[in-house]
Amino acid sequence: MNPFEYTRASSRHEAATMAAGGATFIAGGTNLLDLMKLEVMTPERLVDINRLDMDDIETTADGGLRIGAMVRNSDLAANDMVRSTYPVLSRALLAGASGQLRNKASTGGNLLQRTRCYYFYDTAMPCNKREPGSGCQAIGGATRLHAIFGASDHCIATHPSDMAVALQALDAQVEVESATGDVRTVELESFYRLPGNTPHIETELKPGDLITAVIVPPAKGRRQTYRKVRDRASYAFALVSVAGVIDMSDGRIAHASLAFGGVAHKPWRNTEIEQMLVGETPSPNVFVRVADALLRDAEAQGDNAFKIKLLHRTLCAVLTELTEG
Amino acid sequence: MKTTLTVNGQLRHLDADPRTTLLDALRNHLNLTGSKKGCDHGQCGACTVIVNGRRINSCLSLACMHDSDEVVTIEGLGTPEHLSALQQAFVSHDGFQCGFCTPGQICSATAMLDEVEAGWPSHVSADVTAKQDLTVEEISERMSGNLCRCSAYPNIVDAIMDVAGSAKR
Repeated sequence: MNPFEYTRASSRHEAATMAAGGATFIAGGTNLLDLMKLEVMTPERLVDINRLDMDDIETTADGGLRIGAMVRNSDLAANDMVRSTYPVLSRALLAGASGQLRNKASTGGNLLQRTRCYYFYDTAMPCNKREPGSGCQAIGGATRLHAIFGASDHCIATHPSDMAVALQALDAQVEVESATGDVRTVELESFYRLPGNTPHIETELKPGDLITAVIVPPAKGRRQTYRKVRDRASYAFALVSVAGVIDMSDGRIAHASLAFGGVAHKPWRNTEIEQMLVGETPSPNVFVRVADALLRDAEAQGDNAFKIKLLHRTLCAVLTELTEG
Repeated sequence: MKTTLTVNGQLRHLDADPRTTLLDALRNHLNLTGSKKGCDHGQCGACTVIVNGRRINSCLSLACMHDSDEVVTIEGLGTPEHLSALQQAFVSHDGFQCGFCTPGQICSATAMLDEVEAGWPSHVSADVTAKQDLTVEEISERMSGNLCRCSAYPNIVDAIMDVAGSAKR
């Protein structure tokens, strides 16, 4: 690990000011320290935000939830309000990492974790995300984990978070405080960027921006689930995942929010297929038509061609489960 | 970087490079070599210790981030003369072969049983709103962050089940 200066921030302002000057935030550290050991990331200064007062889960005025950026993944998954009102979020969190990691990993840090692309992790390989302009060795290489949506000629990496996929289906917003003290909220949908020709810029955050909370509006459907398909039963990243929030009325689908993990540089959403579902009486034909529409734009990268059929089937299975009974 | 930790009930002072992980601080600075360095990347769980009541991978945390925290390692759970309930159960059920992963397994299981007691659900829980009974499936899922390359898993699960099913822990 390269040497670095360590400072424990005593205020959000101090932390954000240091970050505006080039320091890197450390929260749970479970991904950052791993990357620092491998020298994929080599920050010269770390600013520890663990002891800032950002670990509350509060109900908002409209009946939603405000989740402090330092709420640990395990606490969020076990929170009574989350379990009863946003089970898709509990399920997504519990499908990620291990008990030890969830105890450390934070809400803000989970959003900002880096891709697990093998080529990003291997400093002997070119990678436009790690070393802008060096090229992408994943294209034409081993692509089992890689994107089928929204990839570019510069990067085909996927976002690894499960939590973010559930938050995407719940229309969450990210609350950000800048070094000047301005607070803004950003829709999760526009928070993440597609790789384009700048895959090293992953979010809309600017230097010095500190995630202070995630805001989740009231759930638009009580029928929720998170289905994750992976190479082993536990403690592995998603090959594909589906977060679904459905509401039914008189035997018809009244609302559908769907988000997809393991398939793009960001949690993938396609509102066109959600609209296709609204008003429909659930049936295998409807689900196949919707899954066909989702995957019409999918593009395989060699090894990962299986994801197209796998996501099709997983989506049909999730829609079946959520519309039964 | 001056850091003060309470380790197994004792106040310990440390002056180490900020790069020092909690695991390296325990093993190399405080001579507590029970916690093991397996992968050093948070994948194997051999370094699991309990910090402020929670199990974490000590290899993926900096010692300086833990100033004034309370750390419990395998050395703090029991002694050779007075084993903790889980330590005794691992012996009784032959819950290991080479033993390298065992300290991490036991620290992890100790805190995992507290998580179950607190009503935390898991990925395999049918209903995330309900308190779970500790089945074999639940134990396997909740312990998936601890690998055993000898594959003593059936006996590890038996040992944990034994303790979970009794009031003696």
